[in-house]
This record gives sequence, structure tokens and C-alpha cells, in this order.
Amino acid sequence: MKFIFDRNTWQEIFGSIGKNKTRTVITVIGVLWGIFIYIALSGAAKGMDNGFEKVFESVSMNSMFVWGQSTSMPYEGFKTGRPMQLKLGDVDKLQNRIPEINNIAPRITLGNFGTDPVFTVRGQKSGSYPVNGDYPVYTKIATKEIFDGGRFINDEDIKKTRKVCVIGERNVQELFDKDEDPIGQFIRIGDVYFQVVGVHKLSYGVSFDSDAAIFIPFTTFRKLYNTGDKVDYFCIAAYDDVDVVQVEKDVKTLLRNIHRVNPEDERAFGSFNLGQMFSRISGFAKGMTFLSLIVGIATILAGVIGIGNILLISVKERTKELGVRRALGATPREVRSQIILESVFLTMVAGIMGIILGAGVLALINSLSKDLEDFPYTNPTVPIPYVLGALFIMVVLGTLIGLIPAQRAVSIKPIDALREE
Amino acid sequence: MIEIKDLHKSYKMGSNSLHVLKGINFKVEAGELVAIMGSSGSGKSTLLNILGMLDELDEGTYTLDGVPIKNLSETKAAQYRNKFLGFIFQSFNLINYKSAAENVALPLYYQKVPRKERQEKALQYLDKVGLKPWASHHPSELSGGQKQRVAIARAMAAEPKVLLADEPTGALDSKTSYEVMDLIQKINDEGNTILVVTHEEDIAHMCKRIVHLKDGVIVEDKKVEQVRADQYV
Repeated sequence: MKFIFDRNTWQEIFGSIGKNKTRTVITVIGVLWGIFIYIALSGAAKGMDNGFEKVFESVSMNSMFVWGQSTSMPYEGFKTGRPMQLKLGDVDKLQNRIPEINNIAPRITLGNFGTDPVFTVRGQKSGSYPVNGDYPVYTKIATKEIFDGGRFINDEDIKKTRKVCVIGERNVQELFDKDEDPIGQFIRIGDVYFQVVGVHKLSYGVSFDSDAAIFIPFTTFRKLYNTGDKVDYFCIAAYDDVDVVQVEKDVKTLLRNIHRVNPEDERAFGSFNLGQMFSRISGFAKGMTFLSLIVGIATILAGVIGIGNILLISVKERTKELGVRRALGATPREVRSQIILESVFLTMVAGIMGIILGAGVLALINSLSKDLEDFPYTNPTVPIPYVLGALFIMVVLGTLIGLIPAQRAVSIKPIDALREE
Repeated sequence: MIEIKDLHKSYKMGSNSLHVLKGINFKVEAGELVAIMGSSGSGKSTLLNILGMLDELDEGTYTLDGVPIKNLSETKAAQYRNKFLGFIFQSFNLINYKSAAENVALPLYYQKVPRKERQEKALQYLDKVGLKPWASHHPSELSGGQKQRVAIARAMAAEPKVLLADEPTGALDSKTSYEVMDLIQKINDEGNTILVVTHEEDIAHMCKRIVHLKDGVIVEDKKVEQVRADQYV
């Protein structure tokens, strides 16, 4: 160990690698490129992974939607093509019978799924916007960020069928003057005046609602539009450790049972599973990370082999010098250590330079992609353990590859090395 | 200092075996200056290599300063070479990316001499061969004679028991040869034991004893009147 920290050792190493500077530089570039590729690729993959995560952060990843369509099979005397209508009463049944469900938010809307948006007026300004009847539980499935001073619909609103609404940023822009505080103001939605209690922020990730969506209490909606127990669709969030695909199946089976639909009828209820989509995308990101790991390590390996190759040539060129050193009293161990240290040193220098360069490129990508909101790319980083791991691998590889020229150097007998050509 | 008894050495060349040294008996006392002469193929270089522990003997015994030299591991041989022997080569064999002083300090490096002391000693020996002003020059900036003098300083730096010179003047013109021989004689005058392999008569006569080798045996071993080299310089 003392040998490694000895200044003289390093002087010898610098002397011999400094002898052929061009070659040393070219060799170093080989490994530098490898680690650079590794850092840049895995950082980029991580950035993409982070980006996707950010896209999904506003919705529960374990969520799904289910809505009624129409039957495609006759059953119990009903004929084909019977339209399906979800009922508010389904909520309790689903919640009771399927314990994997964390939250269910029944929703009813105007302005989506082919219905007309509602004409909304405030003073001289007006616009047509989709209107949703919601329960407070909805925010547990799709996070709604509300601007300061406002709130989302609460249980009291539901109980008292209050005429309050939460509006979007675009509604504010189009219905209110600049610098005007919309909270507490009244707007007319359809024929009824509502008091604005909150403004929701548009989330840039996956979102079910536009920046012009108006939310009113579910109970107010059904009273206003006389929809009774009707529900357009359920947003269902399962618990985190649950397989949503199974929950999706269970929900549909139960709904078929409740609504007396042929158990084989796949088309009576439609559904969409966000968890499945998310796991597919995150699987893709994981695949990218893995791929970059493989490519990076392979490139590092190629670079290190390049170092071994160069050192082998260098040992051959230095046969005579090594012979002189042996004649002057260098032990085989000293010769071997010197060559291995040269290899490890070159690998390390190249590695550290590559890491710095890679980190620089990642920082550049980061600053360039910062303002791109719709580009799923956030904070490209390589975890420190990965970097240290890569350095460790390089030291190990450098040593192993250095063993070959070192062994060659030792196997040359000093007498052969000194013999005249 | 050196004692060799019934030394045999042969080289395997494919299926043939080439018997190079056929029973050499040879003794060198401390302070001697011995020339080993012989035509090419007489085995003189082989003998020197065995003396220098660069090659192993097949049969016989070799004792250096009371230490039997036989079946040494590479590591042990390296340590003995470093401690006992100084080499002077025909082609100088300086390390060309090191300065003269660094070259001289190299054997001291392998003796684990501290850096400061090493540099002082290197300068001291360079001064001895008259090259102190060239200490920071690289071998490519030195003439042949200067290179050989650096090599001699390097051989001396480790303060070995025996200096082994393999054709030290082989690559030099006669004037420079005499300068080098003058230096070797002066080192010998200080009491150092030196063996010089040469095929040049005049160089051999500048030693105190000439050993003639022919076909692997010593045919003649005589003391001579030393010709001082400084009269030609």
C-alpha cells in the first residue's frame, strides 16, 4: 500500500506515460468516451424516467375509469343493445364488495363525451365551458392544485347543494378583468348564478380536465339538470400495492351483476386503466436505463481493452528499458506494479474526466429542457453509487487488463531485454 | 571477491544443445581490474551474464563476496544485482526520457534510498565522472562518451562490490575509448573490483590481468603491466 502513495512511484509512472504524450492522450480518450457515454446515457434515461414520473404525479397511478356503454348480448329477457347507465348507488356496492378500492369518485359532466358545453356569463364577458358535477373525493384521485385563497368543493357544499363553483385559469382569463380576484364573485352557468370559491391550476402532466373546466357540487348538478341517480363515469383509485388490472376486472364483473348484464358481455361497460398505461411507460423508461447501462459498460470495456492494448505495445517498446531496470535491481514485483499502476492511473484519469464531461452535458441538457413543459424530461441525474460503481469497475478492469502487459513485462528476462538486436 | 568453480553452461537451440562454457575455474580478488578477452562465440558475454546474475549456470558453483549464487528467484536476483553489481553496457542503455541525474539515481531508487539523498548522490557521482553541468540533460543531448560516463556513474551510484563492463568502449571511437578507460582505471585505483569484457587488445592491456577465453574454456590467464590510458587522452 505504501508503494501506491510513494511520490517516487508516481514520478516513475508520470515519466513513462509522459514519454509518448500523443498516444497517452488517444488512449485516455478511448476510456473517457466510454464513461462519458455511460454517464450521458444513463443520466438521460433517468431524466426521462423522472419526466414520466412528473407527468403522472397529478394523478393516482393506480387508478382506472369505468363508464356505461350498451350491451352486446341478450340476458334474462333483455335484448341486445340496452344502454347501460351507472347509478350513484353503485358506489357503495363497489366499495363494499371490492376491498382493494381506495376511493371512488362518481362524476357527471356536460361538455365532454359529445354533450354541449354550458354557456357561462359574467358581466359583459361570456364563454362556453364543460361543467362537472363532483364530490370532494375526486381530488384524492386527481390532484387539483387550487390557487391561494380558494378551495375545492367540500362536503358542506354537497350536503347543502350549494351553488358554488371551482373554475380554471382560462375561465378566469376569459371572464374576469386582469388583476381582478375571482374568489367570491358570481358567474352565471347556464341559467343559475354560482359563487366562485376556487381557481384550479392546470397541471402539466396527465390530467382529466382542461384549464377551462368548471367544477360544481355533484348534488347541485343533479338538482339543476335533473339527472337523478345518473353517473357518467367512475374514477376509481385502488390501493398502492394492488394490481389494478384485477380491480378493473372485478369492477366490471360486479357492475354486470348489478345491472343484470350477461357475465360474458365485455362491451356493456367500458374502462380505461391508467395503472397499466403507467407501468408500460415506466417499464419503457426502465428498459432505457438498463440499455444505457449495458451500452455504457460495453463502451467502458472497449476503452479499457484499448488501454491494455496500448500498454502491451508500450511494454514491447520498452523491453530494453525494463531490462535495464531489472539489471539495476528492479524486482519483478516492482516492474509489475508499475505497469498495473500505469493502467489503473490512465483508466482513472480518463474515467474522472469522462464523468465530469458527462455531468457537464447532462447539466446542459437540463438547462435546455427546463422550459419545455410538455417534454417529459426532468432533472437528468446519475446516482452517486452508479458513478462510484463505474469508477470501481474501471479500477478493477484497469488492474485486470494491466495484468496482461505487466505479466509480459515480467516474463521478459533481463538478459533477453538487453541483448543487442 | 568472485569465485567460480567448474562452470558449465549450454543453450538449447531446438533439438541441438550448444555447449558454451565448458568448465571455467576463475577467481577474482578485491581491487582487481580484469579484462575478459575472446573472439565472438568464445563465451565471454555468457560468462559475464552469469557473473551478473542475468543468466543462470547449469553446473558448478559461483560465490560472490562469500554468498553462494545459485537457484535465485527473480526477486532475490534483482536484490543481489542491486546490492552487489554495477553494469556498464556497450550501448549505454540509459533511459532516454530521464535526465542524466535521474538515470544515475535509478539504482538508488530501487534501493529505496530517500529522494533527497538520491539526488545528492547522483550529483556527486556525476561530478566524479565530470558531468555535473550536464545533470539535467537528457541522453539524446549527450555525446557517446558522455553517455558512457553517465552509465558508469549510474553503475557506481549503488556502490556495488563489482563493476561489470560489457564492451564499454565497443561503440566509441578510440579517443573517447581511452577517456572511458581512464575513468575506469581511476575507479579501480580507488579499490573497486572491475571486470571488463572486450575484444580489443589495447583496451585489454589497460587492465591489470587478462583472461583469454576460447571455445568456452580459459586458455590463458595472465597478469599484465597496466598501460595507463591518461597518456593518450
